Amino acid sequence: MDKVTAGDFRIIEEPQKPLAMEPRKFGMWLFMGSVLMLFAALTSAYIVREAEGNWVYFEMPGLFTISTVVILVSSITMQWAYWSAKKDNLENVKIMVTLTAVLGISFLVLQWQGWVQLVANKIYFVGNPSGSFLYVLTGVHGLHIISAIVFLLIVMVATYRYKVHSKSLVSIEMCTTYWHFLGGLWLYLFVFLLLYR
Amino acid sequence: MATIDIHPQTSAHHHDDHAHEHEHHGNFWTNYVFSEDHKVIAKQFLITGMVWALIGGILSVMFRLQLGFPDADLSWLKPVLGGWITPEGKIDPEFYLALVTMHGTIMVFFVLTAGLSGTFSNFLIPLQIGARDMASGFMNMLSYWFFFLSSVIMFVSLFLSTGPASGGWVIYPPLSALPQAMQGSGLGMTLWLVAMAIFIASSLLGSINYISTVINLRTKGMSFTRMPLTIWAFFFTAIIGILSFPVLFAAALLLIFDRSFGTSFYLSDIYIGGEALPNQGGSPILFQHLFWFLGHPEVYIVLLPALGITSEIIATNSRKPIFGYKAMVGSMLFIAILSFVVWAHHMFVTGMNPFLGSIFTLLTLIIAVPSAVKIFNYVTTLWKGNIRFTSAMLFSIGLVSYFLTGGITGLFLGNSAVDIQLHDTYFVVAHFHLVMGSASFFGMLAGVYHWFPKMFGRMMDERLGYIHFWLTFIGVYLVFFPMHYIGIAGFPRRYYSWTNFETFSGFADLNMLVSVAAILTLCAQFIFLFNFIYSIFRGKVAPANPWNATTLEWTTPRHPGHGNWPGEIPTVYRWPYDYSKPGAKEDFIPQHIPYSETQESNLPHENELIKLELNNDSIVVENKDQKH
Repeated sequence: MDKVTAGDFRIIEEPQKPLAMEPRKFGMWLFMGSVLMLFAALTSAYIVREAEGNWVYFEMPGLFTISTVVILVSSITMQWAYWSAKKDNLENVKIMVTLTAVLGISFLVLQWQGWVQLVANKIYFVGNPSGSFLYVLTGVHGLHIISAIVFLLIVMVATYRYKVHSKSLVSIEMCTTYWHFLGGLWLYLFVFLLLYR
Repeated sequence: MATIDIHPQTSAHHHDDHAHEHEHHGNFWTNYVFSEDHKVIAKQFLITGMVWALIGGILSVMFRLQLGFPDADLSWLKPVLGGWITPEGKIDPEFYLALVTMHGTIMVFFVLTAGLSGTFSNFLIPLQIGARDMASGFMNMLSYWFFFLSSVIMFVSLFLSTGPASGGWVIYPPLSALPQAMQGSGLGMTLWLVAMAIFIASSLLGSINYISTVINLRTKGMSFTRMPLTIWAFFFTAIIGILSFPVLFAAALLLIFDRSFGTSFYLSDIYIGGEALPNQGGSPILFQHLFWFLGHPEVYIVLLPALGITSEIIATNSRKPIFGYKAMVGSMLFIAILSFVVWAHHMFVTGMNPFLGSIFTLLTLIIAVPSAVKIFNYVTTLWKGNIRFTSAMLFSIGLVSYFLTGGITGLFLGNSAVDIQLHDTYFVVAHFHLVMGSASFFGMLAGVYHWFPKMFGRMMDERLGYIHFWLTFIGVYLVFFPMHYIGIAGFPRRYYSWTNFETFSGFADLNMLVSVAAILTLCAQFIFLFNFIYSIFRGKVAPANPWNATTLEWTTPRHPGHGNWPGEIPTVYRWPYDYSKPGAKEDFIPQHIPYSETQESNLPHENELIKLELNNDSIVVENKDQKH
């Protein structure tokens, strides 16, 4: 009985806590997987369609570069908020979460202004698919950003009620993951659109 | 999206420990309508699925009447179909197309995806892995109600004056994109797209839940290699769903933009009445790529749960361990992977590069390998088994038969060269109705017969089950086997009538036979329906473990409450297929029986495990303390 080695315990013990992951957090990852598939489908449709010719080439709105910077900065503030929550630096969490929300909203405004630039450039939603695709990709991404902002606002309300702290991190952690994911997704789309113009 | 986390303070493990302490005493609405109990949600899916199956079946009989009896006077259908029956007593040709389209949509998505996966994944995952409920009961409830909403919209579209969507269940543009093209491409198509978008949301909510439940909420000892094959099948199905449904959503989104906002993703160079449409630069083939990237995995979303269910039933009723457990899991995984790289075999005749066609042919034919492994394992499980022919077992064996007959014709169709002749003929119809339609349907029926005692605490009538099985089994073959010949003769599918072609006059009698068989098969389903409803109220009271099965769901009380086990969740010590183990007292050893209690039948390496069992509790507690 005493000769049972630690290696043997693992056989029985392992399945008990199969993944040290909170199921909802795990669900979040799965959800991000399906969002990724949505954009994989749209961007591969873009490539397939472009390869068929009859494709109008145009300049990407310059504002998209600025919005890329904004979303990257917001990822930093979001991460900062998470770290602060982990250290129970609650005042800092409030500031950083609020800052992230403001940056997120300004990202959306910039995207909108990017569309205005496109329209000024005579690239409309209705027309050659090259333009329509740009609107669809940015638009669907924008919708996801809106969902993330809603999520962030829920977290923000919780932080102002001091419900986010080192013992209750799940919500802000999930929000951070989702936020980084959408930032990364935008970076992917931005580079993709630069390469396949 | 944001719904995933709104209650950050409750952890799932708390739920695990305390769920049984406070029994849920809700009112009628929270118990039966907006319930978060996976068992109730499963029943909701099942009953909605059965209603849809009935509607889908009736639609098919309506168009079979037209195909089998093109000269008959159908004006007696006027009370039901109203204006869709022409003054000459015929089904309106456009409505015929609507019937075909809606039959396909309903059967594929609403019956065999939501009805099958929704019912059995929900019902069996927590019960068989030993969990109190799904990872998120709220999302699970939402998944059903999204499905219900989608069902309502699709149902309403059946009654539009312009008819429901009519462009085939694959809704290829430009036919589906232009309201001018046909009546069904108007409001009917819009509602179809709306309903499907909601359906996709429902399916994703469900799949996310299934996967995170299987991965995170298994009971003590339930390692992956001890999971019943049903759970493996639902797990793979959910993964396929998560990866493929978003692609359909992308396809539908672009189609919506084309239809309602005037973009040209799928439209180009179209002339209507001599007038050119403004849409330029789109590609209808693009839609087909996107659609079939979902469409092919969808076949396995439909089929895999049925394969999992029948593996379980066949092992249980052969009183033998499943032959090649790991091969079964491996072949399901292989099928799931392959399902994503074969989509273009639906598009061999779209002018695809022949070289590309040969690659897709190769990949498609490889699917025959894991499929053959599965059939082999089914047969070897049955081989020399102590077979009990329960209704569920009969339907499971029926599935094996259909999977084989239908699968073999897949080898013909998967060849890009042969497909040129057979594409869009009744050969294709025969192929997929057998291999995925009937096989999955049989899997679903087998599952209902097998788990009915757990769902409703009563037994279904076996004799009615036998009658139902034989009528359906023979009926289905009578419907679909002749279609192979009709297809080889070149009859195209989706045609309203063939009377314009002298060539096709020869098969009128065969078509008549098919139609008669279809009507009889539909009638046989009412036996099932009667049996189902009657048994819920008047069936024989079910014993705790009516099939002497080994899996965990049979350790719950006859009417499990919300939380499934009144006490602690049983611990799992062995794999789920210890049937007829040499030396054992009985011919089955449930998963929760430790090896220390079955000394007489243990294998040497299993005796080794006993000392771990004895120490199990104390050591685990100790480790827990160290960790936290």
